[in-house]
Amino acid sequence: MDASTLLDVRDVHQAFPKAGGGELLVLDGIDLTLKQGEIVGLLGRSGSGKSTLLRIISGLACASSGEVTYLGHPVDGPAKGISMVFQSFALFPWLTVLENVELGLEAVGLPPKEIRTRAIAAIDLIGLDGYESAYPRELSGGMRQRVGFARAIVVHPNILLMDEPFSALDVLTAENLRTDFLELWSEGDLPIKGVILVTHNIEEAVLMCDRVLLFSTNPGRIVTEIKIPLRQPRERQDPEFSALVDRIYVEMTARRTEKSTPGSLGHIPGSGFGLILPRISVNLLSGLIEELAAPPFNGKADLPEIASDLQLEIDDLFPVAESLQLLRLAEVEGGDIKLTDNGKRFANAEIDDRKRIFARLLIRYVPFAAHVRRILDERESHTAPKTRFLDELEDHMTPDLAEQTLRAIVSWARFAELFAYDDDSSMFSMENPT
Amino acid sequence: MKILPPISIEARRFLPSRWDTVAALLVFGFIVLFADASRHVVEPLTSLKAAPLSLSPWALPGYALRTALRMLIAMVFSLLFTFTYATWAAKSKRVGALLIPLLDILQSVPILGFLSFTLVFFLSLVPGKILGAEFCAVFVIFTSQAWNMAFSFYQSLRTVPPELTEAGQVFGLTAWARFWRIEAPFAMPSLIWNMMMSMSGSWFFVVASEAITVGHTSIALPGVGSYIALAITHKDLAAIFWAIGAMLVVIIIYDQLLFRPLIAWADRFRFDQENIEDPPESWLLTVIRRSELLDAVAVPFKAMLRWSYRIKAPSTLRIVGRSTPLSSRAADIAWNGILFAICAYSLWRVYEFVAGSVTLPEVLHVFVLGLLTMVRVMVLIAIASVIWTPIGIYVGLRPKVAHFVQPIAQFFAAFPANLLFPVAVSVVVAFSLDPDIWLSPLMVLGTQWYILFNVIAGASGLPRELRDAGANLQVRGWLWWRKIALPGVFPFYVTGAITASGGSWNAAMLAEYVTWGTKTLHAQGLGNYLQEATTAGNFQHIVLGIAIMSVLVTIINRTFWRPLYQYAERKYKLT
Repeated sequence: MDASTLLDVRDVHQAFPKAGGGELLVLDGIDLTLKQGEIVGLLGRSGSGKSTLLRIISGLACASSGEVTYLGHPVDGPAKGISMVFQSFALFPWLTVLENVELGLEAVGLPPKEIRTRAIAAIDLIGLDGYESAYPRELSGGMRQRVGFARAIVVHPNILLMDEPFSALDVLTAENLRTDFLELWSEGDLPIKGVILVTHNIEEAVLMCDRVLLFSTNPGRIVTEIKIPLRQPRERQDPEFSALVDRIYVEMTARRTEKSTPGSLGHIPGSGFGLILPRISVNLLSGLIEELAAPPFNGKADLPEIASDLQLEIDDLFPVAESLQLLRLAEVEGGDIKLTDNGKRFANAEIDDRKRIFARLLIRYVPFAAHVRRILDERESHTAPKTRFLDELEDHMTPDLAEQTLRAIVSWARFAELFAYDDDSSMFSMENPT
Repeated sequence: MKILPPISIEARRFLPSRWDTVAALLVFGFIVLFADASRHVVEPLTSLKAAPLSLSPWALPGYALRTALRMLIAMVFSLLFTFTYATWAAKSKRVGALLIPLLDILQSVPILGFLSFTLVFFLSLVPGKILGAEFCAVFVIFTSQAWNMAFSFYQSLRTVPPELTEAGQVFGLTAWARFWRIEAPFAMPSLIWNMMMSMSGSWFFVVASEAITVGHTSIALPGVGSYIALAITHKDLAAIFWAIGAMLVVIIIYDQLLFRPLIAWADRFRFDQENIEDPPESWLLTVIRRSELLDAVAVPFKAMLRWSYRIKAPSTLRIVGRSTPLSSRAADIAWNGILFAICAYSLWRVYEFVAGSVTLPEVLHVFVLGLLTMVRVMVLIAIASVIWTPIGIYVGLRPKVAHFVQPIAQFFAAFPANLLFPVAVSVVVAFSLDPDIWLSPLMVLGTQWYILFNVIAGASGLPRELRDAGANLQVRGWLWWRKIALPGVFPFYVTGAITASGGSWNAAMLAEYVTWGTKTLHAQGLGNYLQEATTAGNFQHIVLGIAIMSVLVTIINRTFWRPLYQYAERKYKLT
């Protein structure tokens, strides 16, 4: 290991026991190194275990197997010298800005005078002077996250971990905070040596990081590493910048042939009855289809372009795109999304025809929806309790995912008028109230 | 969801308004009226001797059923009271200004105080019949259930989102339809939660309400309460345990058959439409929802309700809200005039009633006794806090332990502490301890659990990121307690302590006067004074004791708990 290595993560696995026995694998064989002067980005969709990995690195959680070494020492418990900035800011509402910042120094047991000097210095550096005696609830989101940053750097950590620090902020505030942070970082004003940034925002990753690690979901794995060789400050309009964003989209939508990566990016995980469906409303599906069908896209769009056009984060856009792909309403490949013939027909149809098209595709491509319909047809009463189907799904997935999948099927089937479901009695039936 | 603190703590004003004074006068006027009226009907009521109770465990299921029924009937009356009283208070500004302070005073009157002055009245309603005593028992249980339900309902009605009300107006719903389709559903989750707390709190008073002794009148209605009272007289420990078992069964049955279905049902009325992780479920509710028979039975009722929505008041009556300033002024004057007359009459009656036998030294004496009880309540709440807060935090931060401990704590809170009094008496007698000190713990025996389960709820509600932040900053030991854990649970603790304190005042009437077999122990205090006055049938003293207790409770609520509660809500509330 060379001297500039701050942190080394080797073959980390994380699994949680499932309710019905067995284990749910969240992280699978994670390797990662952080060197001095680097900002490394962990990019992936929600559920890819990025935040879990961050908690393991900071010592807040324990990995099932594998090793985390920080400056040559294994991490076992909250590590000194690794600070964290949280998505929800995690400020103590009963402490003032100053007291929040001082807390970490008090824990170290410094003399009161030094605590005060250092806290004030950190507050000044991060641009909070004047707000020392304010309570967090009196501050705007951006100011609160500034307190989060001040609190994290005041203890002079070697490593700063950032867990989606800008995702709870509005676009302008987030940009302002990112710029300020990058400025301090590039000028070497921050008392930190390396940064790990968890994000699901592709542009943010390209804007801030020196290297980006792409994560797949279910279980979380590092699919690939992309170096960002651009110099700070970076410009979004820079063609190299857009090229890198495009490349990440391509990577994230690439079809992976090998069976060994179930749930790779860009695809609905599972197959047959084991298909795990996201809860996406038909309105969203129709909305995206209409947007794609209309100019300027005319049936085909670049994903980054449509994402910024519709102001959608990848966590919003990808599940919709994947659902369209599942129902063969659209094709996703190479960072592009393209309407199929069915998709175009759907876009031009009136509501009743849309329902018919949707019902046909649902029966054809979502085997479990077809199964529910068949059972209801066969039964004399044309009714069946929810638990009957839930049990079946649970043979293929965790109870949580089974519930989510069944809810998704119900919501799609309601639109398609394929069958009805009464939540009060938890019964499926053929008839809607007339 | 949380328990609402007494009104005087929620109240914005510190000094009692004139409405508080009016309310106090009205309450005591009524108390005196009841007591005075009943004095004249005190006659030997030998005919009321019920069949002697049996201590056999086989008699218990029957007794438990009767007790459960009494509680249910009281709950029905509490609901009726809630729907009328709270609605009226919320709808009419003029009336609400009086009704809410009135509710506050009623909340501070010791429950068993109601027993003493209403018994004879109820007995006289149905002379020679056991029915009168049943009325009385149900009434006492009612008084232990109704106030917080009404207050919760009132609060909900006041906070119905305006867009819902406006939607109702746009669709032309009548006030009656608006109430059942918008307001009552909106208030339902909070009301059901308070019903549950009320039901659990009323167990404490069941024992006292079934085995009644006021003056020369003593009645034992068949029920778990009387069974326990008899077991205490006979020093029968086995019977006490049987009674505990019976209670546990009734509590579980109520939980399964009434509250769980209600909670699962009320889940649909939550206004925030987010999906929660695991929605409450109830097998009974599922059965009911799937049953076509019950559906069929419900059809005519639903039709009737729907039909009733269409009834419109004749247009001449629909002037509410559109009245001219002049007529409203005239109504104000008339209303105030009537109130003034009632208050004057009340004042005069109270004076006349008390003046005869109550002297100033007596008032001072009772006041000092009240202070004694107050010191006891405060010290014990402090001790219970020191013990249960750290334990609650420890438990709350471990979801698995909390999952297990929380229902136990709730059961203990429902558990009538009077069941443990026998043990206490034996210990105090065996070690010849000073009852003035060693009877005191009995006051918090049943109420300390409110502190525990509120703190557990608070600690388990601490966001994980906040705890992570503390761990990441290496905050440990005393610094962790001081800066993270204790502040984090503070608002929950305060609510728990307020409930515990109120409950302890109520328990004072039982805890300062304890009987086991033939042995009776007294602790100097207001509770003991009231209990002795009750035993002696001295109505002047009962009224005086109740009045002083109400005044003390209200003063403590306003000067101590209210600022503390508001401070906690302001500074320590998460988000």
